[in-house]
Amino acid sequence: MIGIDRATARSPRVRHGWREAKLVLLAIPALLFLVIVLFVPLINLLSLGAASGTFAPYRHALSDPLYLTVIGITFSIALATTAICLILGYPVAYLLSTSSRLMTAVGFVCVLLPFWTSLLVRTYAWIALLGRNGIINRLLLEWGVISEPLRLLYNSGGVLVGTVHVLLPYMIFPIYAAMVRIDRDLLLAAEGLGAGPVSVFWRVYLPLTLPGLFAGCALVFILSLSAFVTPALLGGGRVIMIANIIQTEVSQFLNWPFASALSAIVLASAIFVYGALGLLTRAQHGSPRSQAYV
Amino acid sequence: MQLKSRLLRATLVAYCSIVLAFLMLPLVIVFPLSVSSATYLQFPPPGFSWRWFESYLGSPSWVQATVLSIEVGCMTSALAVLLGVPLAFYLTRSRLRPISASLDKLSVSPLIIPSIVTAIVVYRLFASYQMIGTRTGLVLGHTILALPFVVVVVSAALRTFDPVLEDAAMGLGAGRLRAVLYVTLPQLRPSILSGAFFAFMASFDDLILALYLSGANMTLPRKTFENILFAIDPTIAAVSVLQILFVVVLGGAWYAFAYRTRPASLAR
Repeated sequence: MIGIDRATARSPRVRHGWREAKLVLLAIPALLFLVIVLFVPLINLLSLGAASGTFAPYRHALSDPLYLTVIGITFSIALATTAICLILGYPVAYLLSTSSRLMTAVGFVCVLLPFWTSLLVRTYAWIALLGRNGIINRLLLEWGVISEPLRLLYNSGGVLVGTVHVLLPYMIFPIYAAMVRIDRDLLLAAEGLGAGPVSVFWRVYLPLTLPGLFAGCALVFILSLSAFVTPALLGGGRVIMIANIIQTEVSQFLNWPFASALSAIVLASAIFVYGALGLLTRAQHGSPRSQAYV
Repeated sequence: MQLKSRLLRATLVAYCSIVLAFLMLPLVIVFPLSVSSATYLQFPPPGFSWRWFESYLGSPSWVQATVLSIEVGCMTSALAVLLGVPLAFYLTRSRLRPISASLDKLSVSPLIIPSIVTAIVVYRLFASYQMIGTRTGLVLGHTILALPFVVVVVSAALRTFDPVLEDAAMGLGAGRLRAVLYVTLPQLRPSILSGAFFAFMASFDDLILALYLSGANMTLPRKTFENILFAIDPTIAAVSVLQILFVVVLGGAWYAFAYRTRPASLAR
């Protein structure tokens, strides 16, 4: 009771101030943790690349043909991964959101199980499947489809198989989330007004799923920009992405300023895509809150 | 018209079955490989043998790596929940929108920062405090990756939680703390458990931070990585099978504990 007396005795503004102050206490441990362990050291790292004032590491990264190739490969793989995940994922999300409970459950198990399985386990399995002496080549040889083993691994195709497999669930979940939220009556209304199935899809259904689609694409693109394990193991040293270069620069050459410049480049691209997603979603939907973060 | 739409549906189901088969293929394939008697990759396996499971269980380095990964995963999960749940309360309840909205972005930013960048950043920090190779270092590093999952899942649940319930408890004489502990937190149980599970998985599956932070103490992903790079033998298939089974059990337990009491939250 004393609490209520005290609260009513104060003006609402003071009361709100108190409330905010107590709430902030809840946030402090986590924020302090992130600031100390991540943000301050991150700023330190990024300042290394610009320390000399000449931006030499950046110029080096953006002029040396070797690094330009790596940056090019990284972005084209990220783009291709996003496109393939969208083509494979959208229909699956649609099926999951419109099927019977049993089929939805089976579908979800097929998406979640690989999602939770260690990335390394899956990468190992792809090596076993796609390698020169791998299962697929053996079966094809045995059946007489091919006369000598295909090169399925250690090229960009092999890396793409890996990245698509890892990131496909990240595309399916947000699209699915957007699809289950769609009011089915809207589709019936469109049909009732004389729209054919094709125009119902393009003009009503697809626009309603766009926030999920944007979120999925941004997520997949950002995560594939920083792919490390897949190119390291399925690229066989031929497909090198930015994350692999950063790792080599740090572990082998201790070239921190250069690693800093490369980190800034990936980080800036990721933030740019994330920001563009926010803008697109807002333009689409009017409210920034309507986007699902995964 | 009927026929056409049925045909469309059948095409959709066929297409999706292929995609889902693609997703499941690598998981299924490690089972026959793990019980193969061949010393190198051979398909179909020439004979049946448990030897790769024995070689895994008999190898101290594999077992130590597994134990370390599970320990670090549990500690990461606990720390992420301890930090993340209060943060989620702040983010959803603060009325100073501009500040809490930007803190919201900041607290999920580890999802957007490429993990190799996080890894070298934390490595630089911990190297100057001699924390490389320590369990504490790994747990702190992994908590960065795990925290956003807890924050996102728990804040989503808090946004749909009706604060009137908490006010009612306070109206009946409970203090704020008591109301939160006995009314709000039990309601949040499914989402806190989900957050804890995702946090564990984020740690258990991490390779990149472990490459830098684990030093001589290998985690399971790091041990697997080096094994694939340097000595690809079917022991990895056995390890893979055990990991898949572990995830199935853990995922099943998560599903049962998190959703058993609230089947409605899954109904579409």
